[in-house]
Amino acid sequence: MDPMIRLILAQGMLGLNNGVFYAMLSLGLAVIFGLLNVVNFAHGALYMLGAFLALILYSNLGPWLGLDALHIGFWPALVLAPLMVAGFGMLIERFLLRRLYKLDPIYSLLLTFGITLVLQGVFINFFNASGTPYPGMPDSLKGVVNLGFMMFPKYRLFVIVFSIIVCFGTWFIIERTHIGARLRAGTENPELVKAFGINVPLMVMLTFGFGTGLAGLAGVLAAPIYSVSPLMGANLIIVIFAVVVIGGMGSILGAVVTGFSLGLIEGITKVFYAPASNTVIFLLMVIVLLVRPQGLFGKHG
Amino acid sequence: MTDIAEFEAETAPETMKRGRVVQGIMWALLIAAVLIAPALLYPVFAMQLLCFALFAVAFNLLIGFTGLLSFGHAAFFGGAAYIAGHVLKVWGFPPILGILTGTLFAAALGWLVGLLAIRRQGIYFAMITLALAQIVYFFALQMPFTGGEDGLQGIPRGYLLGMIDLSQPLNMYYFVAAVFLIGFAVIYRVVHSPFGQVLQAIRENEPRALSLGYNVDRFKLLAFVLSAGLAGLAGSTKALVFQFASLTDAHWQMSGEVILMTLLGGMGTIFGPVVGAVIVVALQHMLSGIGSWVQVVIGGTFIACVLLFRRGIVGEIARMLKVGGWL
Amino acid sequence: MSTQTLTKPMLKIEGLHAWYGESHVLHGIDLELAEGQLITLLGRNGAGRSTTLRSIMGMVDRREGSILINGEEFITKPAHRISPDARIGFCPEERGIFASLSVEENLMLPPTVGENGMSVEELFEMFPNLANVRKRMGTRLSGGEQQMLAIARILRTGARLLLLDEITEGLAPVIVKTLGRVIRDLKSRGYTIVLVEQNFRFAAPLADRHYVIEHGEVIDVIEAADVEASMDRLNHYLSV
Ligand SMILES: Nc1ncnc2c1ncn2[C@@H]1O[C@H](COP(=O)(O)OP(=O)(O)OP(=O)(O)O)[C@@H](O)[C@H]1O
Ligand SMILES: [Mg+2]
Repeated sequence: MDPMIRLILAQGMLGLNNGVFYAMLSLGLAVIFGLLNVVNFAHGALYMLGAFLALILYSNLGPWLGLDALHIGFWPALVLAPLMVAGFGMLIERFLLRRLYKLDPIYSLLLTFGITLVLQGVFINFFNASGTPYPGMPDSLKGVVNLGFMMFPKYRLFVIVFSIIVCFGTWFIIERTHIGARLRAGTENPELVKAFGINVPLMVMLTFGFGTGLAGLAGVLAAPIYSVSPLMGANLIIVIFAVVVIGGMGSILGAVVTGFSLGLIEGITKVFYAPASNTVIFLLMVIVLLVRPQGLFGKHG
Repeated sequence: MTDIAEFEAETAPETMKRGRVVQGIMWALLIAAVLIAPALLYPVFAMQLLCFALFAVAFNLLIGFTGLLSFGHAAFFGGAAYIAGHVLKVWGFPPILGILTGTLFAAALGWLVGLLAIRRQGIYFAMITLALAQIVYFFALQMPFTGGEDGLQGIPRGYLLGMIDLSQPLNMYYFVAAVFLIGFAVIYRVVHSPFGQVLQAIRENEPRALSLGYNVDRFKLLAFVLSAGLAGLAGSTKALVFQFASLTDAHWQMSGEVILMTLLGGMGTIFGPVVGAVIVVALQHMLSGIGSWVQVVIGGTFIACVLLFRRGIVGEIARMLKVGGWL
Repeated sequence: MSTQTLTKPMLKIEGLHAWYGESHVLHGIDLELAEGQLITLLGRNGAGRSTTLRSIMGMVDRREGSILINGEEFITKPAHRISPDARIGFCPEERGIFASLSVEENLMLPPTVGENGMSVEELFEMFPNLANVRKRMGTRLSGGEQQMLAIARILRTGARLLLLDEITEGLAPVIVKTLGRVIRDLKSRGYTIVLVEQNFRFAAPLADRHYVIEHGEVIDVIEAADVEASMDRLNHYLSV
């Protein structure tokens, strides 16, 4: 194979691997925005929280409890950490965000910004600011697979496949099930849905929990790849905002497709001009704003 | 964000009279505080206060008087600091010219960013400004002249008009004080001009302003450029004061801090951002011993302000004295 | 006012006030109806008829007074408990069809509130037009189809008290006629109905009693039997 093509494919795979996180985070952001009209700035911080919970379950919980042999591994963490993040999200919704729904949505953005600072500050105080590697990667996912054009880490392949399933599952729930129909109806006209006897405040809380749980799940998946650091969500959230502006916040599928494609594009940019890979998504956002301000999948108006 | 009843109360004759008096007192207090500050505080700290106060006042023109939440103002503040620093240090510009260059750069950058961001409204506007500012941040990180992680260091203060030695703290202080007062007066004039009235009409009800025939986008853009330019003035001045420009100045957290200053002091008030800036900077100064708990405190203040205290300090005082709009 | 004494009203509203934000829209509405009856709320645009229905459903910012349904007080209930606890079906102004839901999803959306709701088959029998478009999205329905769907979906839930807001608005005469048949049929099945109507000719033959609302108050109550005699008054109330 031509080495150039090989390189593009390889960087594409790595880019896709980042795209996983863009897709899962912008998906959660879109689900939340749809029903709550809230842009959750804390989404990146909750992603970080998910990663830290995985790390804590593996490395810190045992010593804290005086049980040095206790390591709660990756698979249980993949379930527990997102649930805990979702629970935390629901507390935020129930006790803080709920007071702001009648106001301009910028207030909820600012509130979640404040939460971001608090979470980051707390973790910087207790953990190494420059990151801690996650030691709990399961043996079954160690090693590499031969993709023909490159040797690709098994774990990363797992992450790609797993998150595609999660994204598709979320799309299916929202677009094809009875629960999803309630959610869509609530997005359009919450008052009427309430009048039909559906507990909309509860639905809102659960939806926020679901969206933030997705962020937590992404965090757990990220832990074995990137080192777990208090600032891992900080710069990511801004990229996610750009992804959301590019895709338009209206569509679930749009968020997923945009997330994966931008990861891919970012990866391939590395091949041609590495310094631009930081900014290529932002530059694409500029182009989209110029030619289609409502976003690729956004509705007019 | 003021409602109609409040607005009507504002224009009632007794309120206007009381408002003028209270505002006069505030002006006197502000000028007096600026003049005597170096007797009470370290000049560098006092100058830091003034730079951030100017930054917040500039920011308030958008959020408070036009209703636009920019989440990218650090780009103008920090970007201008780098440009001013570069021309002062490498090109040997005199102080005033250096600061003006930084200011013009920020205004031009504001024009570009504004042009893009006003294509979307509300919450999207905030996200776009944040993302665009991140481009500036990456430039600050990667461009050859910025010094990367270390920042741009060793910016000379130089001589004002070729005569006054700005390395003397008091000279520097009164120069910064003059810059601040000029910037503050400019914003005050703008807000009280017919142009400012249109901006406030846009904030209250954009569709209505549109239907009255105003070219809303042009007004927004102009407000954005002005605000960015003055944020740049603050950033350039800060670079001269501290003799370096750093990544912190351009980081999104700085954009968040200026929002907090404005929110805490009172969005849409004249003096609020100054009060907010003084409190936030002083708080950071006092808490510098507790490391990154500062961030937790700042974040907590944010949450408290949004939940309990949306009018801000000056906004609350104005309400208690029933002089809404005059402070 | 000649209100016939009701032995046991199904719905009894007394001194109902309602607000949207600061604006005080209803100023003490009184009305009642017994099980199986049909009343109309008449009045000019902006009189407060829709707001009366919305207040019953808890869809205003603030409400005061008393709303008794089968003897139970509903004025302080949270909005999402009203429909299930009172077995109400609400058909809002502009129909409230959800654009992002298919016809079937719209139909299945409101939770069941009681026994003996109509089955989907029965509903498609009642509204044959809907059966042909069941997979279509809500946006891509004609006005008549939307209206039928809006009625059908509350009949599915087992509601016994129906609040119907301007169901004939903007529809072709044939469809209005069909709806008239449907309402008559529902009445004969024992449903209790509150009808907000502009189209008096549609409402007159169906109603047991008419309430005329103006500026958020009931200014007149006319029994079906007295309509002929009160025609001048009615014309005066409803003329623009
Ligand atoms: N969401 C709202 N916010 C504020 N005021 C409202 C709102 N909805 C209705 N109103 C006001 O309440 C009053 C009553 O409105 P309502 O919708 O009940 O009228 P109506 O009798 O149904 O008339 P029609 O539907 O023919 O216009 C009107 O003056 C209207 O302007
Ligand atoms: Mg109506």
